[in-house]
Amino acid sequence: MLSDSDRIFTNLYGIQDQGLAGARARGDWDGTAALIAKGHDWIIDQVKESGLRGRGGAGFPTGLKWSFMPKEEAPGRPHYLVVNADESEPGTCKDRDMMRHDPHKLIEGCLLSGFAMRAHAAYIYIRGEFYDEAVALQAAIDEAYDAGLIGRNPCSTDWHFDVYLHRGAGAYICGEETGLLESLEGKPGRPRLKPPFPAAVGLYGCPSTVNNVETIAVVPTILRRGAEWFAGLGRPKNTGTKVFCISGHVNQPCNVEEEMGIPMRELIEKHAGGVRGGWDNLQAVIPGGASVPLLPKSICDEVLMDFDSLMAEKSGLGTAAVIVMDKSADVVEAIARLSHFYMHESCGQCTPCREGTGWVYRVMLRLIRGEASVEEIDLLWDVVGQIEGHTICALGDAAAWPVQGLIRHFRPELERRILAAKVGGDAAATAAAAA
Amino acid sequence: MTDKAGNGAGTFAFTPENRAKADAVIAKYPAGCQASAVLPLLDLAQRQNGGWISQAVMEHVAGLLDMASIRVYEVATFYTMLNLEPVGRYHVQLCRTTPCWLRGSDALRDACRDELGVGLGDTTEDGLFTLTEVECLGACVNAPMVQINDDFYEDLDPARMKEILRACKAGDPPSPGPQTGRQTSAPSSGPTTLTEL
Repeated sequence: MLSDSDRIFTNLYGIQDQGLAGARARGDWDGTAALIAKGHDWIIDQVKESGLRGRGGAGFPTGLKWSFMPKEEAPGRPHYLVVNADESEPGTCKDRDMMRHDPHKLIEGCLLSGFAMRAHAAYIYIRGEFYDEAVALQAAIDEAYDAGLIGRNPCSTDWHFDVYLHRGAGAYICGEETGLLESLEGKPGRPRLKPPFPAAVGLYGCPSTVNNVETIAVVPTILRRGAEWFAGLGRPKNTGTKVFCISGHVNQPCNVEEEMGIPMRELIEKHAGGVRGGWDNLQAVIPGGASVPLLPKSICDEVLMDFDSLMAEKSGLGTAAVIVMDKSADVVEAIARLSHFYMHESCGQCTPCREGTGWVYRVMLRLIRGEASVEEIDLLWDVVGQIEGHTICALGDAAAWPVQGLIRHFRPELERRILAAKVGGDAAATAAAAA
Repeated sequence: MTDKAGNGAGTFAFTPENRAKADAVIAKYPAGCQASAVLPLLDLAQRQNGGWISQAVMEHVAGLLDMASIRVYEVATFYTMLNLEPVGRYHVQLCRTTPCWLRGSDALRDACRDELGVGLGDTTEDGLFTLTEVECLGACVNAPMVQINDDFYEDLDPARMKEILRACKAGDPPSPGPQTGRQTSAPSSGPTTLTEL
């Protein structure tokens, strides 16, 4: 188990002061100017060496992403850091804790990451429903300005840097990076075609990088403690610490920071009080937020919680939101609810997603009750495959994957319901005929 | 032209205080990029306008930001937090997505319907409550939960849900956050980490 001295978010639960004094006592804003003095490329190289992969779901190597930004600022084309704080992936509530309880880690991370990418401004796009969190984060931003940590000559350096908070207004799709940029520009959050990628044409048509809150908030600690410290935690290509959100049928749902690659069972039993009714009462787990396929107990017994281990099981770490279902859960309705979610959140610009998510939900509704034919399971498999990979953004894929996971691991349950409905229907018809 | 609620004849303008706030918001974005302020300004206007956005609100914001009205309508209809019809003084938003559902959101919905005597999407006759079901609000380890206006009420059960609604009715909403005395998102019996610091 990760020791407390290796934890980054030391005020995750808001037990201590989240203000600047408390943050400084926890080591934030310590020697920031010296880190900046080492230069843009040193920071990018350190982040590359740390092995940090994006914490928003896709797991793309962060340092590599940063290196796509132009090395020089072209006239009239300022660089932007955009922080994705539109935390809306069902099961996920980690960025919320970082913003309300440890906001200075994010603000210092904005300065260091923004400086590395030669940006003079960061926009933090926070989901609109996080009102109280936005108030807390804005208070911390104001404190940082007042203390000269950001703004003109931040931390006594000559690199001016502004941090702006921008509230969304309720749209999951704005968590997609180009949907977020559209929204930030004052438009509906409809994702853009890529290429061009944001590093070339991003916010206001200028070079931009969009990173998740956790990705940016861990940067100062990585730079202070060294890339090799972070890289030494977890497993190769899956390094560092990660904040997990454990929800659903556990005795004590919670957020917790652990080492990447911790066994799922250990994570759930050590921190979340175990599965309700004991480990043998486990039915399935969605290991990385709504978008990743669920896993049956047999895989959960051994699987490790990192990008590559979960991908090897045809699922994913995603946002590390672990949604646990015990044997009392209706696993078909659990997935049908996610299908409803994607239907509701589809922005509507791509036909396969706009039409497909509604179609999938309607079939899923019938499958809950078994009111379908066995062949429709194959049809459903085929249709979600026609959504996946055929849309501008990954929402189409995200709508397909939970259904694919259900069919892959719980097809016998789907068939059982269909048979039971048929037998029940036949019995009712016989009874009606007899009466 | 009338909006959905038939209030086309209404007028709207920011109060001087809110106009100053709007100007401060617009200043966050580069010159010529003032359209970026459309969501924050619609939110500000919604608050001033009693919780919803009328045709007149959209026209005013469009004028202020030098945007074509259609661009503002398009935004106002895209985002779920922008209400295009009046809502009650307490807008109760029930999270229905899987993590909350696994922990009993259906029972919270029934409790709300019982207590308020209205269905989903409806407003009580006294104009005090609007009840809606929404998708994941991002407090999943504190499920089930609801949002009432700006605040999250977490770790609920039907009895506590009813108590909260009664308290709102009496004009005295309880403190938001976990309703079980638990420390935010920590395990309910206390943190398993951060104990050695």
